[in-house]
Amino acid sequence: MSGSAESPKRTPLYPVHLKYNAKIIDFHGWEMPVYYTGIRDEHLTVRSKAGIFDVSHMGYVSVSGKNALDAVQKVFTADATKMKNGVVSYGLLCNEKGGIVDDVTLFKIGEESYFFCVNASNVEKDYEWIKKNSGDIAETKNESTEKGIIALQGPMADEILAKVAEDADLKSLRFFHFTEGKIGNDNVIISRTGYTGEKGFEFFFQRNRAETIWNLLMEAGKEYGLKPAGLGARDTLRLEMKYTLYGNDIDDSITPLEACLERYVDFDKGFFVGRDALLKQKEEGIPRRLVGFKMIDAGIPRQGYEIIADGNIIGKVTSGNKSFSTGDSIGMALVKTEYSSIGTSFFVSIRGKNLKAEVVKTPFYKK
Amino acid sequence: MNCPEDLKYTKEHEWARVESENEVKVGITDYAQQELGDIVFVELPEEGAEVTQGEVFGSIESVKAVSDLYSPVTGKVSAVNGRIADEPELVNSDPYGEGWLLSVEIDDKSQLDSLLDASAYISYVEEEKKE
Repeated sequence: MSGSAESPKRTPLYPVHLKYNAKIIDFHGWEMPVYYTGIRDEHLTVRSKAGIFDVSHMGYVSVSGKNALDAVQKVFTADATKMKNGVVSYGLLCNEKGGIVDDVTLFKIGEESYFFCVNASNVEKDYEWIKKNSGDIAETKNESTEKGIIALQGPMADEILAKVAEDADLKSLRFFHFTEGKIGNDNVIISRTGYTGEKGFEFFFQRNRAETIWNLLMEAGKEYGLKPAGLGARDTLRLEMKYTLYGNDIDDSITPLEACLERYVDFDKGFFVGRDALLKQKEEGIPRRLVGFKMIDAGIPRQGYEIIADGNIIGKVTSGNKSFSTGDSIGMALVKTEYSSIGTSFFVSIRGKNLKAEVVKTPFYKK
Repeated sequence: MNCPEDLKYTKEHEWARVESENEVKVGITDYAQQELGDIVFVELPEEGAEVTQGEVFGSIESVKAVSDLYSPVTGKVSAVNGRIADEPELVNSDPYGEGWLLSVEIDDKSQLDSLLDASAYISYVEEEKKE
């Protein structure tokens, strides 16, 4: 990370993005590539071959010490006691009202060593939240400025990584598991995770090694059609999977129950911040739901557009775009629960016109 | 920036090509499609609709944004590029050819005189880029 809070922040791969003629945009204070060759091209390359993403703007918050597990349990909605070493768990950090502070992945390195991978826009907020609510019983450290993160995603990811990874048993590495290994001479955490719906990996390493690791992967991927992919493709790929984006689909005022993320909340684990509020909401009824919908009339739904049914506004679009994989116009919307079941029709108000849409099963894209 | 000499241009980045005495084809420029990025949807008027020079006749959407389309001429829409509905990416790949948007029947050819020629449009874009 470079620059002050006021000036734009850059990842260590910024010079590489310029080399590939990336179109750079501001993303929550970060100067990041939105695309290199084009969003459609990068999207389809990830679906058919492989794409490499710089995700070093995301945060890395470690929790360690003999009470690390207890500390993690207090802030995380999933049950970390069920995790073995080398396992990754997706879950939420919630506030006292049950609203989502962030959606995160938790990595268990050892009995006394965990780290959260958190969204770029929430790094400081999450770090403070974890520190405050874990009760100072473990050591919590924001290591975001020390780590670089790259994602390699797509059907060819295994072949590409096999060419450059050493000291890692990739064949036995299962989904949502990680291992330590080497890329070139650098020690990396190799995690079978991602946010595209494709097979792939995320790598965590010392930040100043980012360019070397990127170049090795790019070189190895040449024969498989590997291309750099930007935030634009990351957004359209995750939308096709109905993966939520913090700030669009979820935020501090939306609960995991409303966001249909209940399977990542373990009420049986005992206390975690937000548990009481969520149990109460479960009892009283969940007023709105995050649904996936498809346009029946022609049009592109976008964040903030109103959802209309029976002459009333019943919700809002939280994310929407054209699906490059299916050709449909798709979106997510937070709607009143009575309009959330599959097959329900409603209208999306697109610049003055009410256009027909229908709640559909998700993910929108399946292999 | 590709700007064919035989076209006329608007400051809103549309082009107009005289096809015959009273027929003008309309599209968006190569510069505009590059700036927009991947185009995912184009909303166009129906055949027979009236369009007015300098006024909005439709909209064009990229992955990231929605923009209005401004008509370079006044007249009646005589044809709409039907392929654009299913293949909006034609506007990216061939903005002056297969990515055309409308044909307009015009009464008065002199209205084209108020549009920019290629060199004036290029200068205009260069100025706009500086700002």
